[in-house]
Amino acid sequence: MYDIKALYEAESVAHAVQLLVEHKDADIIAGGSDVLVQMREGRRAGKELVSIYGLDELRGVSIDEDGAIRIGSLTSFSHITKDPIIQKYINVLGEAVDMVGGPQIRNIGTIGGNTCNGVTSADSASTLHAWDAIVEIAGPQGVRRESIHEFYIKAKKVDLRPGELQIAILIPKESYKGYYGHYIKYAMRNAMDIATLGCSVNVKLSEDKTVIEDVRVAYGVAGPVPLRAVHAEEIGRGKAVCEETFDQVAAAVLQDIAPRDSWRASKAFREHIAQVLCKRALKESVRLAGGAINE
Amino acid sequence: MSKQFKQIHCTINGKERDVVVDVRASLTDLLRNDFTLTSVKKGCEVGECGACTVLIDGEAFNSCIYLAVWADGKDILTLEGLMGPHGELSDIQQAFIDETAVQCGFCIPGFIMSASEILESGKLYTRKELRKLLSGHLCRCTGYENILNAVEKTMYKRLQLELPEYLQDLTVK
Repeated sequence: MYDIKALYEAESVAHAVQLLVEHKDADIIAGGSDVLVQMREGRRAGKELVSIYGLDELRGVSIDEDGAIRIGSLTSFSHITKDPIIQKYINVLGEAVDMVGGPQIRNIGTIGGNTCNGVTSADSASTLHAWDAIVEIAGPQGVRRESIHEFYIKAKKVDLRPGELQIAILIPKESYKGYYGHYIKYAMRNAMDIATLGCSVNVKLSEDKTVIEDVRVAYGVAGPVPLRAVHAEEIGRGKAVCEETFDQVAAAVLQDIAPRDSWRASKAFREHIAQVLCKRALKESVRLAGGAINE
Repeated sequence: MSKQFKQIHCTINGKERDVVVDVRASLTDLLRNDFTLTSVKKGCEVGECGACTVLIDGEAFNSCIYLAVWADGKDILTLEGLMGPHGELSDIQQAFIDETAVQCGFCIPGFIMSASEILESGKLYTRKELRKLLSGHLCRCTGYENILNAVEKTMYKRLQLELPEYLQDLTVK
């Protein structure tokens, strides 16, 4: 038995909003792999919950009329990995969420939950930052959209106002068309572990595959919230595909990241692997994009 | 407190059931306490050890971090549901015995349910992939190798493929 004060099950998005307005102290529960564990730990004990797990309308991946990839917030990690749209256009996201927890966790955990808990180590978060994802939120005033960069306010705090819930994550067409990416999770174990550092990179190459037209580098656990390495990106943009460019981009990430000492790893170690992972992920992204890697 | 209980309708091991559940109950609580399905083990109760694993609509879930009310309309399979009409063991259970994959046995029902999802997919996986697919379970006795052998051998048998050489060498019988 869980120490739940009351459970309100939403039957539609509008009903969920209504329940959240009526029960201001209630927490949202989606898959529950964070909420129920925290309840067991005592952190959320005695809370009221609004369950949105039954809202099948928030499951699945599709393409909007404007070409944006729409991922329903309740889509489980395993369904994202298996989805043909994800595999075709943004396979790196499927690979990234395939590193969350273990198989059973990936069947219950949702991408909406992964982003709404606001933790920097979420395996989906750095990749969503790297692809300029848009978050779609329903609330008492209707539906609004917000860039994922603004959605994260601070550690464990995202921009969900009273009565609001996240309903979808969108990857706009201009964010994914022509881009190829790679994510590396550095953790102590291969399964059931939280990232010491996560690095997601993607590139768009020129037609002849010799110049990096655009590069985007994002990190998890390199700061209180997932972040983009804007200086490093600036340095890489327009440069030739070569070892020297990779080194320059990787070195520049130190201007952008702000990791801390924690029991998982020291700041110095995180700064070191941030550069190594950036270079590796960048090279792999270039290779996926059809660029030549000389080794 | 408003609605403390909820009536749900679900299928458990092939039988349709109507049951009134406490909204605070986990699916583990429901299966163990209301249906005496004690293969569903209470291990860590925070979704880490996999001992409580059951299949819901064919996918493996940790029933300890799954609310019982969510089972409404779902098809749930526990280890007991693998048993034949006269109490026969399924091929995967027999393989665990043949490969000496069982010691204390606490983790085994969970392992076998994840293995069931893997085998039902009808796909041929590499040993490395199987390791990943079984990584949501902790076993403190056997060191996992015999468990992997049991699952891998059953996979080859079901697909009617010849065992690779490294598995043939390991055959006990």
